[in-house]
Amino acid sequence: MANGETENDLRGLNEDDSIVCRCEEVAMSEVRKWIAGGYDTPDELKRLLRVGMGPCQGRGCREIILREISSMTGVPVSEIPPGRIRPPAKPVKISLVARDYTGGDGR
Amino acid sequence: MSWKKTADAVVVGGGMMGMATAYYLKKIGLKDVALVEKNTPASGSTGRCAASFRAQWGGALNITLGKACIDRFEHLAEHLGVDMDIQLYQNGYLLVAYTERQFEQFKKNVELQNSMGVTSKLLNHSEALEICPGIEVSDAVGFSYYKRDGHADPMITNFAYCEAARGIGVRIEKFTGVVGFKVDCDSVRGVVTDRGPIDTDTVVNAAGPWAGRVGALAGLNIPVKGERHELMVTEPVDWGVCPTMLMSFEPDYYMFQRPHGSILAGCGPSRYRREAGPFDDYQMGASWNFMEHMAGHVNKLIPRARGVRIVRQWSGMYDITPDLQPVIGESDELKGFWVNVSGARGFMFGPVAGEMVAEKIVNGHTSLPIDEFHWRRYAEGRFLVEPSVA
Ligand SMILES: Cc1cc2nc3c(=O)[nH]c(=O)nc-3n(C[C@H](O)[C@H](O)[C@H](O)COP(=O)(O)OP(=O)(O)OC[C@H]3O[C@@H](n4cnc5c(N)ncnc54)[C@H](O)[C@@H]3O)c2cc1C
Repeated sequence: MANGETENDLRGLNEDDSIVCRCEEVAMSEVRKWIAGGYDTPDELKRLLRVGMGPCQGRGCREIILREISSMTGVPVSEIPPGRIRPPAKPVKISLVARDYTGGDGR
Repeated sequence: MSWKKTADAVVVGGGMMGMATAYYLKKIGLKDVALVEKNTPASGSTGRCAASFRAQWGGALNITLGKACIDRFEHLAEHLGVDMDIQLYQNGYLLVAYTERQFEQFKKNVELQNSMGVTSKLLNHSEALEICPGIEVSDAVGFSYYKRDGHADPMITNFAYCEAARGIGVRIEKFTGVVGFKVDCDSVRGVVTDRGPIDTDTVVNAAGPWAGRVGALAGLNIPVKGERHELMVTEPVDWGVCPTMLMSFEPDYYMFQRPHGSILAGCGPSRYRREAGPFDDYQMGASWNFMEHMAGHVNKLIPRARGVRIVRQWSGMYDITPDLQPVIGESDELKGFWVNVSGARGFMFGPVAGEMVAEKIVNGHTSLPIDEFHWRRYAEGRFLVEPSVA
């Protein structure tokens, strides 16, 4: 690839194309589109786009999304309902959780 | 945002049942429809559910409605005119019977279903394993299966109705909770919300598990309460680990893999209850008891999922009624006050129940029978019987 082209490519790299949620591969443009459509809380965006639903559970994207909502709506980050963080704190194997499972009456 | 103080109808609740009702009310003919949601659309049970649908019911009315719902889900985006993928996946429910008594019931159900055009069938072990390879069900007596049963994405489906409703002019007010009603003698005159009042002579209470509470704000006794049910989901893994909805009523469990790769698994609270406290407290907590119990089921039933990691667990409320059947209709005591509650199957029934209630309100009659679901049946001592629920 010629030098010039590489530079062009880099310059063409828009923040819009960058991936906000790496687990679910969701681009910033997608997030912006839905915020503009009125889906302006982390919970709604999560439910629409799965941002924060992958293995990292939003550790990578939560802040970015809150900031984006804030900058697009003018609502301070502190006033945006942040959404819930759910257990488990770390992914855990089914067999490990089931380890002490005796079967009981629940088969 | 401006606040409009009147509407032809106000729907309370932005879940599947409410959103569908609002959409069809407007579509079928009312001019000015508003929907109020105290939180955000899909934040209630709908956004927390397993989003599965089936025609494999035991009662004729449920089979009719279940079939109508499947017909609708199969073409939903087109039907709504929205460019959203509800991630429909149809590879059947594989229902497992562990006792002769259950299997006898399956036989009756399948016979009735077949007579109504639902081509479900009874399966033996080897046939079941063809559909869901690798599962450990050697202790089962038999199975039933219907290939058009399936699942979709609950949130996107709920938002698809939201977009469609907004697109045809329904006003959707989120973060708007109903705190009271205006009542004049025996008729409803409006809703009072924490953002202001809206005058209307038609209200649809589609608050799901909260419908009893919303009814109480109008002085009515709507026999619905919430019961917490939990769910867990794994990291996405290669396709095929549980390619059908694997479900049993006794013991009560269900598990399936989404096209996206995650495995979802859930069950009712009765088996892991222990010290966990009341299940009708409207708290959406997540319990270790559930996780341990549910992981036990998956560990046994799907041996090859043992090494898969659980990434999240959560809970939602079932909208429970005295006979676990829908509560639908206009109040006998308060004219203009309608209820549209599914009896804990609001994801699948929402699209059709919403349309039927809208038809009833606008036209005075419906294209599918729903009158049996009126809650006056309880006062008359009639309970609807549906054998195929957990
Ligand atoms: C774990 C789990 C799994 C499930 N699996 C399935 C399944 O596979 N298939 C299926 O069909 N069903 C399933 N269900 C049941 C299904 O989720 C519910 O029956 C359905 O979502 C009910 O829809 P709804 O619109 O009536 O209620 P909801 O989705 O709960 O919506 C009601 C809305 O009303 C709002 N509200 C409450 N009070 C007020 C107020 N005062 N003012 C304004 N708004 C208010 C709430 O915020 C809520 O958003 C499951 C449920 C759970 C919990």
